[in-house]
This record gives sequence, C-alpha cells and structure tokens, in this order.
Amino acid sequence: MAMPAGEIEALIRAAIPDAEVTITDLAGDGDHYAAHVIAASFAGLSRVARHKAVYGALGTRMGGVLHALQVTTGVPT
Amino acid sequence: MSSNERIAEIVGTNDVVLFMKGTPLFPQCGFSSKAIAILDHLGVAYASVDVLQDMEIRQGIKAYSDWPTIPQLYVKGEFVGGSDIMMEMYEAGELHQLMADAQVAQA
Repeated sequence: MAMPAGEIEALIRAAIPDAEVTITDLAGDGDHYAAHVIAASFAGLSRVARHKAVYGALGTRMGGVLHALQVTTGVPT
Repeated sequence: MSSNERIAEIVGTNDVVLFMKGTPLFPQCGFSSKAIAILDHLGVAYASVDVLQDMEIRQGIKAYSDWPTIPQLYVKGEFVGGSDIMMEMYEAGELHQLMADAQVAQA
C-alpha cells in the first residue's frame, strides 16, 4: 500500500490551513515519509497536540495505507 | 479484563513503559528501535510490551491514548508520545528533565 507525497501535503494543508508543509520520501516506496509542518496555529500547543493535529489530518490512513510518517513540527520563527 | 483495564494496569504499575513492536533486544520496526535507543541513552529502567504478540493490546493502546501509531511511551501512567516526540524532547533535553522530575529508577 502506498500514498503519493502530494496527497499527504494536501491533507495536512486542508486540516491546518496556515501550515507550511515539507514532505520527504524516506524510502522511495511511497510508504515511509517524513512531514515537517510549521504553523503559527501550533503556538502554545504541546508536542502531542501538534502531532495529533497532523495525524488527525490523515484520518484513518495513518497506520493503514500510510505505514510510517515521521512528524516534526514547529512555529514560524 | 478489557484491553483498557489491562493497559491501565500496565501503565499504572510500571514507572516507564514502552509499547513497541518487538523487544528491546530485537525491535521489529525502525521507530521502535529508535525509541529503545533513546531510553537506553537516558539510562532509565523501563518495561516494554511487544504489541506484535498481543493484537488486543496493539489496537487497544491506540484508542487508550488516541494516538494512531506504535511505539508509545508512558511515564508514571502518562502518555508522553511516539518516537518522533521522544526524539524532539530528547534533543531538547526535555525527556531527561521529565525522567528526573518523575524520579524514575536508573537501569
């Protein structure tokens, strides 16, 4: 099972409109990605809350069609 | 006993517990092995649960913490995060601080 990088980015942007999203394909198999998400709306949120927002954007795909997503988050500097 | 009760008992009776794929000696997933490496670097004593051996726990833990992936770290019964958050916190020195504040035993 695999997922195109563009779809991951679009899903995250749809759920977190002010996000700046960088997707990196870790293994070239469409199944192992890293997502770096910068959003002003993350300010004041715990790391768990930020990561949950990103996972929430992907709905049930996380752990299903998308096997692995390494998530790092931040706020604009 | 429901999976929730089983999980509550596990996180309630172990100061530091990692729900992972595989075992500390033989992690079966890159993220789980990264989490183990971090815990070993911290030098804290920890318990681990191989979710690959227990499908009820494997699914139940995701509902318990409302977190979709494995591994999952719990310290003093509190969900801390997966391997990404463990790494971010470790690099920021926050995980070391959290363990010190929680007064968990060293390995």
